[in-house]
Amino acid sequence: MPPSPDDGAAHAVYLDANATEPLRPSAAAAMLEAAGLTGNPSSVHAQGRRARALLEEARAVVARRLDADLLNCVFTSGGTEANVLALHGFAPGRRVLVGRTEHDAVRMGVPEGAALEWLEVDAFGQVRLDLLEETLARPHALPALVCLMLANNETGVLHPMAEVARLCARYGAHLHGDAVQAVGRMDVALHAGGFGSLACSGHKLGGPKGAGALLLAGPAPRALSPLFVGGGQEQGRRGGTQALPAIAGMARALEEALDTQPHHAPLRDALERAACAAGAVVCGAGAPRLANTSCLALPGLRAQGQLMRLDLEGFCVSAGSACSSGKVASSHVLEAMGLEELAGQAIRVSLPWSVRAEDVERFTATYVRLAAGRTGGGAISVAGGLV
Amino acid sequence: MRVLVAMSGGVDSSVVAARLLEEGHEVVGATLQLYDSRAPAKKGACCAGQDIRDARAVADRLGFPHYVIDAEQRFTSSVIERFADAYAQGETPVPCVACNQGVKFTDLLGLAREIGAQAMATGHYVRRIEGPQGAELHRPVDAERDQSWFLFATTREQLEFLRFPLGDMPDKAAVRREAERFGLVVAGKPDSQDLCFVTDGSYVDLVERMHPEMAGPGEIVDRQGRVVGQHEGVMRFTVGQSKRLGNAARLEGERQMVVGVEPARRRVIIGPRAQASVQELLVRDVNWLVDAPPEGLACRVQMRAREIPRPAHVVPTPDGARVLLEEPAMPAPGQACVFYQGSRILGGGFIRRAEPQGDQAPARAEGEKTHG
Repeated sequence: MPPSPDDGAAHAVYLDANATEPLRPSAAAAMLEAAGLTGNPSSVHAQGRRARALLEEARAVVARRLDADLLNCVFTSGGTEANVLALHGFAPGRRVLVGRTEHDAVRMGVPEGAALEWLEVDAFGQVRLDLLEETLARPHALPALVCLMLANNETGVLHPMAEVARLCARYGAHLHGDAVQAVGRMDVALHAGGFGSLACSGHKLGGPKGAGALLLAGPAPRALSPLFVGGGQEQGRRGGTQALPAIAGMARALEEALDTQPHHAPLRDALERAACAAGAVVCGAGAPRLANTSCLALPGLRAQGQLMRLDLEGFCVSAGSACSSGKVASSHVLEAMGLEELAGQAIRVSLPWSVRAEDVERFTATYVRLAAGRTGGGAISVAGGLV
Repeated sequence: MRVLVAMSGGVDSSVVAARLLEEGHEVVGATLQLYDSRAPAKKGACCAGQDIRDARAVADRLGFPHYVIDAEQRFTSSVIERFADAYAQGETPVPCVACNQGVKFTDLLGLAREIGAQAMATGHYVRRIEGPQGAELHRPVDAERDQSWFLFATTREQLEFLRFPLGDMPDKAAVRREAERFGLVVAGKPDSQDLCFVTDGSYVDLVERMHPEMAGPGEIVDRQGRVVGQHEGVMRFTVGQSKRLGNAARLEGERQMVVGVEPARRRVIIGPRAQASVQELLVRDVNWLVDAPPEGLACRVQMRAREIPRPAHVVPTPDGARVLLEEPAMPAPGQACVFYQGSRILGGGFIRRAEPQGDQAPARAEGEKTHG
């Protein structure tokens, strides 16, 4: 029996952009070009110089487009490393305040022994500014490091970052922003946004997997304790030879993501209207959200079964916190929003840059059928934040 | 048709998936994650054990979708905790029945229906035979691997939906040959042993961790309450057992055996082997796979995982059934009492504790650790 290479995946409708975006052809071209260069960017010879030139070109793009200084753009292997590098560098000597709904990269990345405090969110999934201020105002021997994501990966909900930044400035806190889901989907600016540091990831913009960046505030090169020293690359802040093809692909994807405007909102709104009419609730609907993300809960129907059904019908979506084993657990994000049972009944639909209207329409029709066929459930009382 | 195959990562369920695929069915694989199979790890970390990886490798090789189902919490509450609680009540539980009944044939089967499957298949060694009144449950061809006793609680509705393709296999070697024919990496994988969720130490350690009040040494007493010896922990003793009694194994020339366990007092009660005699017992949570006549029926009952069934008469009662044995035996509270007619399972239930009467202490039987 010959193994089938993709179990039909080639025909699948891909609506899981927040897991990873399809590779942009322009990014693939940039990767291919970079992969043709033999040199190591750290080498002194001609081939090394060519590689270095391409690397610095990519750095200039990423720094400029995200409002950082050229000297403070540290390339990493991706979003997780960028977040962990920031935590590793800025947590010592600070108390660490982490939002309840942060990604595991941050939640699990807080160094052991750090003074960790959780920041609660409201029913919409937005950080409670009153509690944040209370925490920051509390006299403490250590200054604060505040870690919040600009846009939530499961719900697309945006924290009120302008207010957060103002509070952090007032109380002398370092604000680290996890911009992995935000970059390319909304305006992100390091200095103008009041961030001390920002993490981003290439493959969430339509670049390749394997590259990310940590941007540090300030005009002069900012020192940062590296996770691994290696040969002192990235000005001693990230050892190891840079993954030039991935980095070049990320830079090209970033430009294209920022220069083109996908019209996600009308597609998303139509999907949500149909889903709600069929009995679904949209998690975090009352808050500002990314235009590409819908977190849809069907009372009485477990997320696992929904995912499998949709997958078998050729639709790629996900539930909030599928871990690397592939099992679907209840979502910590939705639990933090007080959604209790619904936390295990929600799937995430996230539209990629390449989405077509008919993809969303086909998905909507299937989803409505799935919702109509469910049994049980009935009236489940839920906290706010739903429509 | 679309069939959900419950895949454990072992050779049996892998062969089931491969055969169904070969027969032209749309196979969907699912593996339950029941417990964390690794050493304690950082909270929130993922925990795919080798079995899950094996199941996935088989699915990838054969080219059908495979899913990992998180059943950890439900397994803990419905199987492991109930297992430990039963010991604390002086019973000897059969956790495999609880698992088949709950996590597998209720939850996973429900999921199979949710995804539009028309059947669910497992690698159990048992036969499902289409009879005049619907599906019947029978012992498998290979008596060595008979798992029917562990499946008595399967309801008729569940049985209609289930398929057991290995029930006709002559022996395990044939299953392994099938696995080799399909080129499955798990062809040579050893059979699982004992209780799957006891990953380190023995079940005794696990129960003692959950019920520390039962841990520790205690007294061995005779039916009159005279202390005749010491033991290292009540969980190691079950009704009918003669091992671990030390000098008390033989008293006044008579071979002794455990006739009861009192976990609360950490006491093991013994009596002469020759006096073993229970001829009537009550079973609870009875599942009937036939329409039981009110006057009862003659059949054979099997009260342990491995024993020759005994002739008996079973009469339904409002809360279970009454079993009248032809010859006296030592039934073990908590164990299954399964009713057979030939190879067919008619029904079954769990053996109730006898009410203490006179010097009769509550009894508990030898633990059957055969996995099912």
